[in-house]
Amino acid sequence: MTPAGRPAGDLISPAENTWCPGCGNFSIEHMMKSAIAELSEEERIPIENFVLLGGIGCHGKLVDYLNVNSFYGIHGRSVPAATGIRLANPDLKVICHVGDGDIYAEGLDHLLFAAKRNSDITVIVHDNRVYGLTTGQYTPTSPAGFRGRSTPGGITEHPLNPLEVMLAAGATHIARGYTRKVQHLKGLFKEAIMHRGFSFVDVLQICATYFNLTDYYNEHAYEMKEDEVDTGRFESALGKIREWDYDREAPIPLGTFYSVGKPIYEEEFRALTADRSDRRALVRNVIEEWR
Amino acid sequence: MTEYSVLIGGKAGEGINTAGLSIAGLFSRLGYRTYMYFDYPSLIRGGHNFAIIRASEKAIGAHRTPVDVLLAFDQNSIENHRESIHGGTTVVHDASQVMRGEGYGLPLDAIVKEEKAPPITKNSAMLGALARVAGIGPDVLEDVLRESVPAKHLEANLRVARRGYDAVEGVFTVEPLDGPALPVLTGNEVTGLGLVHGGLDSYVAYPMTPTSNLLHFLAERAEDLSLRVIHPENEISVIMMALGLAYAGERAAVGTAGGGFCLMTEGLSLAGMSEIPVTIVVGQRPGPSTGIPTYTAQTDLHFVLNAGQGEFPRFVVAPGDLAETYSWSATALALSWKYQVPSIILTDKTLAEGACSFDLGAVTMHPDREPELWGGTGEYRRYARIKSGVSPLAFPGRAGTIVKANSYAHDEAGFTTEAAGEVTALQEKMLRKGESLKEELSTYPTVRTYGARDAGRTIVCWGSEKWACIEAAEEFDARVVQPLVLAPFPARAWKEAMIGAGNVVCVENNATGQLARLLRQQGFDPGRSVLKYDGRPFAVDELAARLKEVFA
Ligand SMILES: Cc1ncc(C[n+]2csc(CCOP(=O)(O)OP(=O)(O)O)c2C)c(N)n1
Ligand code: SF4
Repeated sequence: MTPAGRPAGDLISPAENTWCPGCGNFSIEHMMKSAIAELSEEERIPIENFVLLGGIGCHGKLVDYLNVNSFYGIHGRSVPAATGIRLANPDLKVICHVGDGDIYAEGLDHLLFAAKRNSDITVIVHDNRVYGLTTGQYTPTSPAGFRGRSTPGGITEHPLNPLEVMLAAGATHIARGYTRKVQHLKGLFKEAIMHRGFSFVDVLQICATYFNLTDYYNEHAYEMKEDEVDTGRFESALGKIREWDYDREAPIPLGTFYSVGKPIYEEEFRALTADRSDRRALVRNVIEEWR
Repeated sequence: MTEYSVLIGGKAGEGINTAGLSIAGLFSRLGYRTYMYFDYPSLIRGGHNFAIIRASEKAIGAHRTPVDVLLAFDQNSIENHRESIHGGTTVVHDASQVMRGEGYGLPLDAIVKEEKAPPITKNSAMLGALARVAGIGPDVLEDVLRESVPAKHLEANLRVARRGYDAVEGVFTVEPLDGPALPVLTGNEVTGLGLVHGGLDSYVAYPMTPTSNLLHFLAERAEDLSLRVIHPENEISVIMMALGLAYAGERAAVGTAGGGFCLMTEGLSLAGMSEIPVTIVVGQRPGPSTGIPTYTAQTDLHFVLNAGQGEFPRFVVAPGDLAETYSWSATALALSWKYQVPSIILTDKTLAEGACSFDLGAVTMHPDREPELWGGTGEYRRYARIKSGVSPLAFPGRAGTIVKANSYAHDEAGFTTEAAGEVTALQEKMLRKGESLKEELSTYPTVRTYGARDAGRTIVCWGSEKWACIEAAEEFDARVVQPLVLAPFPARAWKEAMIGAGNVVCVENNATGQLARLLRQQGFDPGRSVLKYDGRPFAVDELAARLKEVFA
């Protein structure tokens, strides 16, 4: 039971689930549910203090499927909304569920800036490396040569390595998970949610219908050991992040690459808004000064 | 009526705006009502900037072309304003810059050198000269400088001002009035103050003329007003952050101009569908696209009325002066919360960056309105379909409650749905909210009228053109009718205001007659249009001349 009196199972909402059978989004949903339930119990965080945001795409449906506060936003724009929510209420744990098309194509500027300012939010990318809901076009992390419905001849561009981009932008917590390694994934979620500052988890998510990379990931992905990367050092993290570039065939490290503390953006405003007793008197004072 | 007009002109970077405000302060100190129009191209140095400051014993809100005193820092400031100079105009110029000068020439370069003062103090020399020409005592001059100049530069400014004062002679005498010395504020400043009066918690904006100064003003005063002021990466983030703030229970407003509002339209639709309140200040300037960035227009009316995809209610108000800006900014914020709709405050460069005497004591505020909050019994449904269409609000973090906001079509609890019945009910609920808002507005002064009902001639106008129209109307004994609220359109109040209107003229700062088009859509006859679309507002005399042709 959670402090709010609800077992984890109750966090599943009555909304009908419409993901394809075998979709990696199921793992993300269930591990998010468990992460929230366990954090609620272990860290005494009331369930009502979690807020989930969704972008637009298959991934976004997750916010409907959990009985948790949610803001089902628009394509690529959940990150600035999350910052607004965290600004308004520091007790809230604000978690964005975004797609790779959603956030690396439409929403990249917001992602970079949230990392740059160390906004105290968590971004979980459902990185299936394809546009699911619009039926199979390439995304910024599709590998070169990928044949999507808008690029039947195969794309000639190379993918972004989003972890490298996030490290450069100033993210203070960077991790990668895989939807077939669910316990590991849950641990990454809990760690990211509890991180004070901007946390980012790129989840290699199986799209069963348009880009099923199960065999490829099963063969290449591995969980990093404790001492494989020094998560407090930029260069160490960068080296490990570059081991696989989403394009060439290479071992794919999973786990936390980087995690450091920095001042939190939202907290810089605290002093300004401390006293809001009589705003109208404040307005009158300001006008008086002009006389 | 006693009134005075002063024009001060020079190059960008010479502090013409600040000097203009000091001149307004000089008259204000003597109990006059003042208005300042500031004209500047979009460049940082060079070009030609000028301000026209008008002072009167009664309330004003527009400029006139002829001036009593012209203060010229360069040749352009004389040549470009030949039409403002008449027999009674006193010209004071900087003799170090103006070759073919007339009136008094002040050797400003020599003065600042001799006084060991920085070049920007030349403005004080002009101010000093103006004071002497207008028979304003040195004590008043000093007082104004003391208030407007930072302490460490004060002595130098006072010395230079005195040199200007001594270099000319008295020409006329501005008699002090026994009115109060009112503060001179810009429309941007008053918009900000009105929003805070209405309960603003955060202001979020990306810089864009003519509302950048609203961002600057609130940022500068954030601590004094207990306000959070945020400048994020672009306008898309601006409106999304505001929606995040509001979803979590804080009142937020954003500010921009047409170009930035283009980017905000996806957030606007999201606000409509998710029913999250947001207040948007749109300062109009000529478009399309970058247009003429630092000039004025009334060209975005139909854009703000129609922006965003889909069908949802919104509130749009276009204040015409500072008093209306103050009360309606507070009201726009309150109504956006009460009805959970986007509110748009439509201003323009003339109003936003123009300055005017502001009498807070004389502003009639509308009654306070609070949003309906959820009482806490039963299961919370964010989009409960009650009769008014307005579902009670709750915010995340409240024990035992989950709050699901949704951009998708949704059921009462906030879960996504595409079922035909649900979709119909949702759309009807949203429209009912608009009807409730319209009903509430029937008790507000949504349409204002000036002049006698039996005039037989009516000038229709909106926004910042209001005062030019009121003054021009006096010359024709015409009536003025001004809609303040443009959505939901106050059709009943409009009909009532236009009874016996007679010969109707619709005055606007655009090329196609946007208010006229709206009136026609609503089934009203807008009469004949008098339009100006060169990026400048009507001067009172200029408008009167145009009206003469129509009313003849
Ligand atoms: C502004 C805008 N452009 C396009 C779309 C159409 N659209 C819906 S989902 C989507 C792509 C989603 O891809 P991704 O983020 O990878 O999510 P997935 O469906 O794979 O989870 C697009 C382009 C939209 N909803 N809004
Ligand atoms: S299209 Fe792909 S991502 Fe979308 S539900 Fe199906 S399997 Fe999942």
